[in-house]
Amino acid sequence: MSQINNSFNHKQSSHCESGVVSNMLSNAGFNLSEPMAFGLASALTFAYLPFVKVGGMPLIAYRMPPKTIIKTVAKKLGIKLISQKFSSASAGMQALDDALAQGKLVGLQTSVYYLPYFPEDMRFHFNAHNLLVYGKNDQGDYLISDPVFEDVVTCSAADLQKARFAKGALAPKGTMYYLDKQPHVVDLKPAIYQSLKKTGKMMNGIPIPGIPFFGAKGIDYLAKQIANLEQKSNKYARLYLAHIVRMQEEIGTGGAGFRFMFASYLDEAASLTQDPQLDDAAKLATEVGDLWRQFAMQAVLFCKNRQSISFADISDSLRQCATAERALQQKLLAITP
Amino acid sequence: MKLDEVPQDNSPTYSGHKKLVYAVDEQGHYHKVKSSGWDIESFATQLAVEDLNQQTLDAYADAKAGRVSPLAYHMYKARLDVTSLAQATGKFEWQIKRHLKPKVFAKLSEQKLQTYAEIIDISIDTLKTLPSQP
Repeated sequence: MSQINNSFNHKQSSHCESGVVSNMLSNAGFNLSEPMAFGLASALTFAYLPFVKVGGMPLIAYRMPPKTIIKTVAKKLGIKLISQKFSSASAGMQALDDALAQGKLVGLQTSVYYLPYFPEDMRFHFNAHNLLVYGKNDQGDYLISDPVFEDVVTCSAADLQKARFAKGALAPKGTMYYLDKQPHVVDLKPAIYQSLKKTGKMMNGIPIPGIPFFGAKGIDYLAKQIANLEQKSNKYARLYLAHIVRMQEEIGTGGAGFRFMFASYLDEAASLTQDPQLDDAAKLATEVGDLWRQFAMQAVLFCKNRQSISFADISDSLRQCATAERALQQKLLAITP
Repeated sequence: MKLDEVPQDNSPTYSGHKKLVYAVDEQGHYHKVKSSGWDIESFATQLAVEDLNQQTLDAYADAKAGRVSPLAYHMYKARLDVTSLAQATGKFEWQIKRHLKPKVFAKLSEQKLQTYAEIIDISIDTLKTLPSQP
């Protein structure tokens, strides 16, 4: 088996998808930080979906669905991305080898559960984890830049194949993608203002009565569910609150459910545009993130079986996040280029 | 979150890894910082992992006593539940629940067993039996 090692410079990220986009573009000569990729894609949101269950718990998301970042960034920067799916696993692995042999950096969608380099406590059935393959060593193992890891890792062909062809919700079906040509340098300023308008519009939820699951409305709705935990068993209440905190912190969000990453985007965009309106928005976003961290502390305080905290307290703490997000929304919508 | 507020709690759930987070300096500008863990997050993770482990132990005891099929144990051991196993196999939840009954499971075809074995990432022989320790 021939050895391939395409030149590659790995940078650790908070989140897999924005990290892959950042690493892929930066290595193609177009420097784009992770928060820039996240922010330009208007990926910040909030969704509470009680009818979609993850391990028996409702789905809570702090960002737009998988692939949004990759697709939107490619569109905004006018980059052509070649993306393929495969019905046969061997064809999928062959296509990966061929693309590597052509010197491409290849993005893959995978299931975390089948990647042996993940620590035991982080391995669960999540099918939309993104990583970059940049070569193959002489044992036939793939050289991988997994954006959430400090250093590059390797993975055997058999394990990588399982991870790429895992079944279930969001099944990757071998999805792989790579850049067609070198991206051109583009002026990011118009895209920045567009992205802020879009994020602002999404932040209060969707304007259809009876659908309270998104944006600040969704946060208030979740706060109401927490206040109602009184009627559930103590065990369920603890697992429910722990689940929210895990979705917010554990799943590679850069802290506070992507709120700090978004604030970092505003900070970087402010220096790029020299626009003080964005500086103000960045400060508000940081306050929003700090409130989410406080909420997490309160929720886990209950999980630790402290009598000192009530569901009403935890619920109030979350309502403060909703209020702060509405203030940030006003700020974002008021920004003019 | 300020730079000096980034938690460095050496969480066991990180297994020695570090995660990247974003934090502000005194001027309110952002920097990337590595974090070795946060007790708050780690407690939530451990609570969830303990719950999964308990489900696995319960399924082991139930399977040993013949109340459920070995599939129940292997399913929880692989961090799956009825919903996610149904999604992964393309079956209905009621079908999975039926296959958790020892009598029904004993009569499953090799092909059906193979489907489960592949998803759970074990051999058919392992799927049909219980290990000596859970």
